[in-house]
Amino acid sequence: MSVPLTLLGLLEREPSHGYDLKRDYDTLFGRDKPLPYGQVYSTLGRLARDGKVAAGDAEPGAGPDRKRYVITDTGVTEFETWLTEPAEPEPHLQTVLFTKVVLALMLGRPAEQYLDAQRAAHLQRMRELTELKRTGELVDALRADHGLFHLEADLRWIDMTAARLGPLAEAVRLEGSR
Amino acid sequence: MSAAVSAVEGRELFRSFGATPALRGASVTVAAGEMLAVMGPSGSGKSTLLHCLAGILVPDRGEVWFGGQRIDTLGEGARSALRRERFGFVFQFGQLVPELTAAENVALPLLLDGTHRRAALAEARPWFGRLGLDGLEDRRSGELSGGEAQRVALARGLVARPEVLFADEPTGSLDSVTGEHVMELLTNATREQGTTVILVTHEPRVAAYAHREVVVRDGLVGHLAAGRAAAQTAGRAEG
Repeated sequence: MSVPLTLLGLLEREPSHGYDLKRDYDTLFGRDKPLPYGQVYSTLGRLARDGKVAAGDAEPGAGPDRKRYVITDTGVTEFETWLTEPAEPEPHLQTVLFTKVVLALMLGRPAEQYLDAQRAAHLQRMRELTELKRTGELVDALRADHGLFHLEADLRWIDMTAARLGPLAEAVRLEGSR
Repeated sequence: MSAAVSAVEGRELFRSFGATPALRGASVTVAAGEMLAVMGPSGSGKSTLLHCLAGILVPDRGEVWFGGQRIDTLGEGARSALRRERFGFVFQFGQLVPELTAAENVALPLLLDGTHRRAALAEARPWFGRLGLDGLEDRRSGELSGGEAQRVALARGLVARPEVLFADEPTGSLDSVTGEHVMELLTNATREQGTTVILVTHEPRVAAYAHREVVVRDGLVGHLAAGRAAAQTAGRAEG
């Protein structure tokens, strides 16, 4: 998650103090991992240095939270570019799961058992996310759904691989003996 | 008897259809009030396992126990009474009776059990509010959407407050959003009533509503697959 771009997005809505940005960030995006104040201000400082936001004059009062930040045209352009560009599709073909299965087969270890254990761990996590979805707010439910769909995709791969362990073991054996 | 003391157990179940074995020594225990997901690929034997546990099928070998009583040795009449009085069912395609209204479909288990029609319908009505089906009481199954029909089927499965609900791919015919809604309602209602649930599904997202899952493969229940793999490892060390 890109913190600077997310803060730019929040600032495009309306000029805000650092405190408001942190609160909104934590509510919408940082439920597992709230944003530390230090990071909010250092990020805003860098964005101001690069001309993407402008800091207003400090308002009277104590504490650091006395400046209102406004997004600049440069900042808007940067944010829009990021928003409209598709993110890189994430899963790469070389996964930990795949590596473990191939090594297990190569070494004559029980790949099926490993896949069963992985399936159980995935389902356990899916249960936790389902509970979060059932009991949480809409924002939690949507985040949980994102995790659930990814875990489900892994599980499909696990089932497919479990069904093909025989031929895969043969392929790995041939590869190894070249 | 309250649901809290009952539980279902299958011990070393074998069942063949002609020459084709569907179950080859499957064992499973379900605690009272637990929701267990039975997963596995098509043809693995998971539906046969459910049918044996529910007393719909009799296993060729092995034992089925419910609430401290062995039920696979009961006659068809006694098993039928058990299914009617203490079990509830939801299947993939709601299987509503097309000639009856939605309310009559929900009331059906009570009517079959001898409850007076008016009393049965009075018991059925509150389920329409609970499952978001208000106003659909007098519709026939042909006038319901897939999700509505499946919620009516769920109400029918729960109206007699069964101790065990057997659900075979209850969301299998629904799109994923509707399916999740049905699972949500099923989970809430059964947790509230303390109903034991045995849920057959091949979908991980549906299984994730359960407390626990077992995987059926080649007519055996999953943890044996791990045991088999462990035996392979032992064999390798010895060999």
